[in-house]
Amino acid sequence: MQIGIGLLGRKVGMTQVFDEAGRAIPVTVVQAGPCTIVQKKTVDKDGYEAVQVGYLPAKPKRVSKPLGGHFGKVNVAPMRHLQEMRLHSAAEYQTGQTLTVDLFAPGEEVVVTGTSKGRGFQGGVKRWGYRGGAKSHGSMFHRAPGSIGASSFPSKVFKGHRMPGRMGGVRVTVRGLHIVQSDPGRNLLLIRGAVPGPQGRLLAVRKTGKGTPVESQPGATDEKAANAKGERG
Amino acid sequence: MNIDSHIKSVEAPFLRTDLPSFGPGDTVRVYVRVREGEKERIQAFEGVILRRRKAGLGSTFTVRKVSYGVGVERTFPLHSPMIERIERQRAGRVRRAKLYYLRERRGKAARIREKRTR
Repeated sequence: MQIGIGLLGRKVGMTQVFDEAGRAIPVTVVQAGPCTIVQKKTVDKDGYEAVQVGYLPAKPKRVSKPLGGHFGKVNVAPMRHLQEMRLHSAAEYQTGQTLTVDLFAPGEEVVVTGTSKGRGFQGGVKRWGYRGGAKSHGSMFHRAPGSIGASSFPSKVFKGHRMPGRMGGVRVTVRGLHIVQSDPGRNLLLIRGAVPGPQGRLLAVRKTGKGTPVESQPGATDEKAANAKGERG
Repeated sequence: MNIDSHIKSVEAPFLRTDLPSFGPGDTVRVYVRVREGEKERIQAFEGVILRRRKAGLGSTFTVRKVSYGVGVERTFPLHSPMIERIERQRAGRVRRAKLYYLRERRGKAARIREKRTR
């Protein structure tokens, strides 16, 4: 399970930026936070440590009465999305506290969780990477799944066998992503690489406590580039 | 703010406005920063613009030249900080946007008429 504080946000889309060395870096833009801590979970009371963060204001009339009470108890405006973030210790956080993208520093490692794009009912080639058959040369086997249970042995289809079916639209966590830049003015995060889901999808971006601060990065990568060049030349 | 304007706001500080306008058929000289170990120098690449690809910050252009009888094509990210400057040497008059047909031609056949400015 992922342990670490983070923010809820929305995927804005992808673009690229240039780093100091002039390289193009592919980035996903995520609009994250501000998030409010709505509830703290403690070992004493709940058996585990976590904070519940809320994201995006909701109209009070859109929130059910029990949920309204949940927000009213800690005097926080109703939020559209609530999610718990497991922590080693929730002691350093207070309910009502606001978290923004300045939580993240450039170069820091994060994990991003979201729901992937729904692909609908897909065949084995797209869903599981089956190679399929030849398109021509008299081949009559194209994208069918092929044998699934042989004949006398084993004479059955093993459970969990990879078959055509619904693809995508599941919870996906991507680890080992790095923050390129955070923009507290516009609540934007630039994350190197791709992130699950279509534009506008709700995402959770969480700290891992890993990753090198950006100061030590350019030197390290330049050295690597120089070495690679040397080998070729 | 809508979603597209957020992308634009991220790209904005990287967009270069200091480059001249040029298009397919033009002959340009691209001054590229080259890093050799610790030292950085400027190298020129001169040739004909074969194509331009418009994609915001990801826009690119391809320059073709014939070097020692070998055709060399180089694609640059238009907004790359590695481009020191671009000089437009000659404006070419061409009738299509992608000049891939130049690849099959050499010498006299690969000439491009100069654009007459009125």
